Amino acid sequence: MQWDIVIGLEIHVQLATKTKIFSGSSTAYGAEPNTQANAVDLAMPGTLPVPNEQAFRYAVMFGLAVNADIERRSVFERKNYFYPDLPKGYQTTQLERPIVGPGFVDIELANGESKRVRIHHAHLEEDAGKSLHEDFHGMTGVDLNRAGTPLIEVVTEPDMTSSEEAVAFAKKLHGIVTSLGICDGDMSQGSMRFDVNISLKPKGSETLGTRTETKNLNSFRFMEQAIAHEVERQMDILEDGGSIVQETRLYNGDRDESRSMRTKEEANDYRYFPCPDLLPVEIDESFIEAARANLPELPDARKARFMDQYSLNDYDAGLLSSDSKLAAFFEEAASHAKDAKLVANWIQGEFSARLNAEEKTVADSPITGAQLGNLVVRIADNTISSAGAKKVFEALWSGENDNVDAIIDAKGLKQVSDTGALEAMVDEVLTGMPDQVAQYQNEEDPKKRKKMLGGFMGPLMKASKGQGNPKLFNEILVRKLGG
Amino acid sequence: MHNKSVAELSRELESGQISSVELTQQFLDRIDQEDGKYNSFITVTREQALADARAADEQRAAGNVTPWTGIPFAHKDIFCTNGVRTTCGSKMLEAFTPPYDATVTANFRQAGAVCLGKTNMDEFAMGSSNESSHFGAVTNPWGLSQGEKRVPGGSSGGSAAAVAARLVPAATATDTGGSIRQPAALCGVTGLKPTYGRVSRYGMIAFASSLDQGGTMARTAEDNALMLNVMAGFDPKDSTSLDREVPDYTATLNEPLKGLKIGLPKEYFSDQLSPAMEQQVRNAVKEYEKLGATVKEVSLPNAKLAIAAYYVIAPAEASANLSRFDGVRYGYRCEDPKDLMDLYTRSRAEGFGTEVKRRILVGTYALSAGYFDAYYLKAQKVRRLIQQDFINAFKEVDVLMSPTTPSPAFIQGEKTSDPVTMYLEDVFTIAINLAGIPAMSVPAGFVDGLPVGLQIIGDYFSEARLLNAAHQFQQVTDWHQREPQ
Repeated sequence: MQWDIVIGLEIHVQLATKTKIFSGSSTAYGAEPNTQANAVDLAMPGTLPVPNEQAFRYAVMFGLAVNADIERRSVFERKNYFYPDLPKGYQTTQLERPIVGPGFVDIELANGESKRVRIHHAHLEEDAGKSLHEDFHGMTGVDLNRAGTPLIEVVTEPDMTSSEEAVAFAKKLHGIVTSLGICDGDMSQGSMRFDVNISLKPKGSETLGTRTETKNLNSFRFMEQAIAHEVERQMDILEDGGSIVQETRLYNGDRDESRSMRTKEEANDYRYFPCPDLLPVEIDESFIEAARANLPELPDARKARFMDQYSLNDYDAGLLSSDSKLAAFFEEAASHAKDAKLVANWIQGEFSARLNAEEKTVADSPITGAQLGNLVVRIADNTISSAGAKKVFEALWSGENDNVDAIIDAKGLKQVSDTGALEAMVDEVLTGMPDQVAQYQNEEDPKKRKKMLGGFMGPLMKASKGQGNPKLFNEILVRKLGG
Repeated sequence: MHNKSVAELSRELESGQISSVELTQQFLDRIDQEDGKYNSFITVTREQALADARAADEQRAAGNVTPWTGIPFAHKDIFCTNGVRTTCGSKMLEAFTPPYDATVTANFRQAGAVCLGKTNMDEFAMGSSNESSHFGAVTNPWGLSQGEKRVPGGSSGGSAAAVAARLVPAATATDTGGSIRQPAALCGVTGLKPTYGRVSRYGMIAFASSLDQGGTMARTAEDNALMLNVMAGFDPKDSTSLDREVPDYTATLNEPLKGLKIGLPKEYFSDQLSPAMEQQVRNAVKEYEKLGATVKEVSLPNAKLAIAAYYVIAPAEASANLSRFDGVRYGYRCEDPKDLMDLYTRSRAEGFGTEVKRRILVGTYALSAGYFDAYYLKAQKVRRLIQQDFINAFKEVDVLMSPTTPSPAFIQGEKTSDPVTMYLEDVFTIAINLAGIPAMSVPAGFVDGLPVGLQIIGDYFSEARLLNAAHQFQQVTDWHQREPQ
């Protein structure tokens, strides 16, 4: 049987405010447990929430960036449940009247087509703390540093039909919130967390199947794997004549397996009601207009500009514009090097490979855009070969030296591009290899001839102590050997 | 000395006739000698009080003086006091010492007042008789001479009894459905519940957030005005506090009442009220007529719905507000919990008393899926109707007057077995909290040797007018000066 896959996403986006949504505690990541939790965050008796205006500004910016309606009056509600990392015994969130109403995001697919994913709404809420299960001799520790960190939860319509689309949407959203500067986008620290709702229905059917929700996926790769895993799981059940249980599932990316967390019947009755400690939030036109006026460039606009300003193709421009930090890195490099295409190649090649290998993001890169730009300058002006460039890159990355030209000098990587000197070397080498010259000249297949050229390059590089410009050697060889 | 008002004590301190240390010592000794009969204090902070009194005397010597410098008083044990145990009348917080001050607490500290301790109260402010306190019932100073142990009202029964017994000249209190006015009436003292949002709720342990309001309790209206001067004002730590100018509430106490338009809500003079009580209230209204006020009957047509609406909204909010008492971070934790659920259920089962549990259950029920619309939403609609009743009434009159309670102080234990009878104690006070308007209870006579309270209700932010009306009444009556034997 053929199945249609139906996917909707819920995304928790941690807002990059300095302080929490309802208290003055710092939101910085990585502090000692409970050092960034004050009396309000600990839900000490009598303490009260005070809203952080910056969180509202960020939510409005997000709404504007996803073409959504901004609700002029939104209401905080209490979502009641007991959990050790939820100090008040309720989460302050929005339900009936969220701050961001319906909107949409257009995503681009690998086949070059564009697709619109509708946003149902986005609401403001507070994050919970964390339960720590290690190091407590069989007991559980609670760290409330994260408790009260502002989140927007973005809820999409079930508009996606494959893991490719879901990941494309997730990456697009990541690009939007990081470009807006409202989220640091660091998924390994939980700054963006994805819940995926998945259901299957017989191909072409109008009726939606029973869905499951897979919670807290914190990388694009895990998201892709989790969707594939869940689609397969549901398909197996349905094709065996079984039925899907509406439930929340947890996915273990390291083992590629999932398990049920709770079924619908076990779900809490959250007993939502408007929070009496907070007045309804009134957003006026001037607040919205001020946010609109200060909106930074968003990925779509940046992509168009990259194609125009740097003559990048659609693919390169799309890739480099998606993430604001990567885009800034590219632009810094390109401001030094004239050859933007070569910069783009280096970023997507060596640079990205190293980041991935070391599980780093652009923000952690040990080399700067300016350094990469200077490196590309020296490649473009033939000062160094691509093999030499890799050595320079290595030296920059390891921190051995931070100056491209100094590295080239120190390592003696400067190419000899003096054609007179190179010609003399070619003459000498060819004289010493008469058999190979004759073999080359008797060969008629151009492909084989091209391959045979390589046989001369080794001795030439040796003769030039590795510093001969290979491109020029090649030209001279072809000329001397006669086509 | 113990019969003097805050205003009088303030003048004596100013004239140097007595020091704050001497005054504080006298009141502390009085608490030691007398409070065994009343149980009006949960915690007495003798050492801290004497240290604060010494500091106050130094401030005075340095010329740094407010009307409260060196004045002894007490806080209801619902206001958090930095470094001093704050129990809210509950076993749950029996050993809880907050590392912060409530805004109200900080304001009194700033003004140089000397807190002698924390007064008893119904557990989490839930009760009308002070019998739900984990620290034992409070006994009303009135009635003891007849050998009767009567309730002081609640939930601010400790504050009311302490002021009535002259253990302190003034005490803070809170009012969610009548918890200032009803005990003030039953103990023969003067109490004010301000407009919702007038006094910061920060650090005041929440019962029902949309109804809770901190207020004042003392023997005279003038002292209530002095207290409100310290307590009122916008607080950036409380989003529901209102940013409006705070007048000097003592400045208008002596305005003449000529032309004051008084409305008597007919629904508050019904068969629930004993003829003897009604007579006292009507006599008080006659005094106002003598002072130049005019009187007319008005109607609050939805008044009868107030108790039902209140007992949905208040427990609903309380059910969430009290979720934080889970045994995880502070407060009571059961012995040897075997798992998380056991920790939660036993800590709460053992830490909360019966009335608190009853209200958590009622509130949880009212908010549950399938019942929310029928209870919570309906109650909110009723609340708006009640609010509108008052808005309409204040188009016709300046203040409303009624009895504060349907009957005087009852015998301890008389109503504990029937919660609904107990809830009816607040039949005349609850609607005021639902509307968010201010109201006072002023001593207005006696029935069978027990005090009767006159309730004066005003429009939003009319505290100055209420205090003025109460003060003028106290210039021509002496009910508020009567001392229990």
